[in-house]
Amino acid sequence: MKFVTAIIKPFQIDAVRDALTGLGVSGLTVSEVRGYGRQKGHTEIYRGAEYATSLVPKLKLELACPDGLLDRVVEAIQATAHTGTVGDGKIFVQTIERAVRIRTGETDDAAI
Amino acid sequence: MPQSERAKLGRTGRALAAGSAAIGSACWALPARAQAAAAAAPAPIVDKGDTAWMLIATALVLMMSVPGLALFYGGLVRTKNMLSVLTQVFVIVCLVAVIWVTWGYSLTFSEGGPFIGGVSKLFLAGVRADSLAATFSNGVYIPEYAFICFQMTFACITPALIVGGFAERVKFSGLMLFVTLWVTFVYFPIAHMVWYWDGPDGIAAAAAAGDAALAEATARAGAIFQMGALDFAGGTVVHINAGIAGLVGAIMLGKRVGYPREPMPPHSLVMTMIGASLLWVGWFGFNAGSNLEANAVTAVAFINTFAATAAAGLSWVLVEQASGGKPSLLGAVTGAVAGLVAVTPASGFAGPMGSVVLGLIVSPICYLFVAKVKSRFGYDDSLDVFGVHCVGGIVGALATGILVDPALGGQGIADYAAQPGTATFGYPGLGPQLWAQAKAVLLTIAWSGIGSAILYLAIDKTIGLRAGEDAQREGLDLAEHGERAYNY
Repeated sequence: MKFVTAIIKPFQIDAVRDALTGLGVSGLTVSEVRGYGRQKGHTEIYRGAEYATSLVPKLKLELACPDGLLDRVVEAIQATAHTGTVGDGKIFVQTIERAVRIRTGETDDAAI
Repeated sequence: MPQSERAKLGRTGRALAAGSAAIGSACWALPARAQAAAAAAPAPIVDKGDTAWMLIATALVLMMSVPGLALFYGGLVRTKNMLSVLTQVFVIVCLVAVIWVTWGYSLTFSEGGPFIGGVSKLFLAGVRADSLAATFSNGVYIPEYAFICFQMTFACITPALIVGGFAERVKFSGLMLFVTLWVTFVYFPIAHMVWYWDGPDGIAAAAAAGDAALAEATARAGAIFQMGALDFAGGTVVHINAGIAGLVGAIMLGKRVGYPREPMPPHSLVMTMIGASLLWVGWFGFNAGSNLEANAVTAVAFINTFAATAAAGLSWVLVEQASGGKPSLLGAVTGAVAGLVAVTPASGFAGPMGSVVLGLIVSPICYLFVAKVKSRFGYDDSLDVFGVHCVGGIVGALATGILVDPALGGQGIADYAAQPGTATFGYPGLGPQLWAQAKAVLLTIAWSGIGSAILYLAIDKTIGLRAGEDAQREGLDLAEHGERAYNY
């Protein structure tokens, strides 16, 4: 089992979700987050007062998948979240030690 | 009496069509003077159209304060201070409305000295449903209750404007005490100085009774009125007055915690746009209503309020673009408000083209103060009440002295003494009129600036005026009012 965390541009979410659903990924957690990477923030000006915003709004996706599905999941996210400009985001993969479905008590691959 | 002397008196006694002047009731004309002109004076007319318009205009001006100004200001503060601004504006309106009917109206619009009215109408004593107030036409009156209500909305919005100077850091209790004292010692005197006079029929009767009576009637008017200064709807009384009080407050209360190091962007420009738009619509009641009748001059004030505002909204955006920035919504609505402020004293005096020019000029000047002068001198005028209302008010007050010239498409200045019983229109020339306008501006700035400083100091030393650092960090909504604007 692998745990995939992806930081993407907010407006790419629909494409990513459709692709993941098509692969059979059965669940996804999305959070609104702010951060920075190579993409710098932007400047806002209110009545001549300039404010530099260094943190950019992004979406954080978290999902778990069986080992066999991992490559296709990463590929799908990379393909659908891609715009080619700075700030497209990152994908991180970790190994999951254990998973439990709370309702039934099923564990590991059966739980995700 | 030599002809020249007569002419001089006539000029001095020129009853200016200045804003909302009024005279108490139909029985204002004391017997000695009334009888002299009794034969000529027609019975006073109370027109249903005038009355209906004035009541609608009154409601429009109330809408400027709540919710117009409250939303305009509220959108500009941070989320944690949204309710504090809404509460301040709303409760100031409630407070001043009560003060107005108890002692405000009397101190402003009953006979007293040149600087403040008297106490004869405390608690609206003597005012009845059939009492009348003068307008700007001989023989035309409106119910005094309509006049009282219309003027009440002006008294309510002026102290609410000041809040912009020290938003996000003022203590509610101290502010309420300040407003109570400020309207009493600053607003009522200045409104009296600018707008109190004997009315068209009073001047006509006095002129018919002779020069001595005319001089006496003239001397009963407010000090700024006697200077011959023009202020149709309250450029000095409302905007310069509140603007300078806001600046003095911004300086004396000190900067907000974190200013200018921390970013303090507006939390909702959507609210600000809604508020500014309500201000624009309500301002038709403010300016066109200041004619006190529904007639041709009302339409003049209406079109000027429309044209100047549009021009100023446009020119602010153009200035932003020209200075290398982007055309912003906040810029457009700020420019529109600056245009509304500037056209306020000029609305019944200028022509539409003069108003467009005024609108185009006022935004660059206000922009300079808001975007450059403020950061250069480092005062924290949170919502730019000085840069927009005081500066825009001064531009408008001076421009009124120019744009009223009939040669520039203006309406001219009404003289009710030259031919008693009717108004004739003239213009004393650029120099004298500009000087009269400048004197009115200077007196207002001095009176309000010094008076406000004394009140801020006294309250700061007693019950306190500035919210503590913890309260500012937490936000005034929770610290002062125990609620938050948005629960989601």
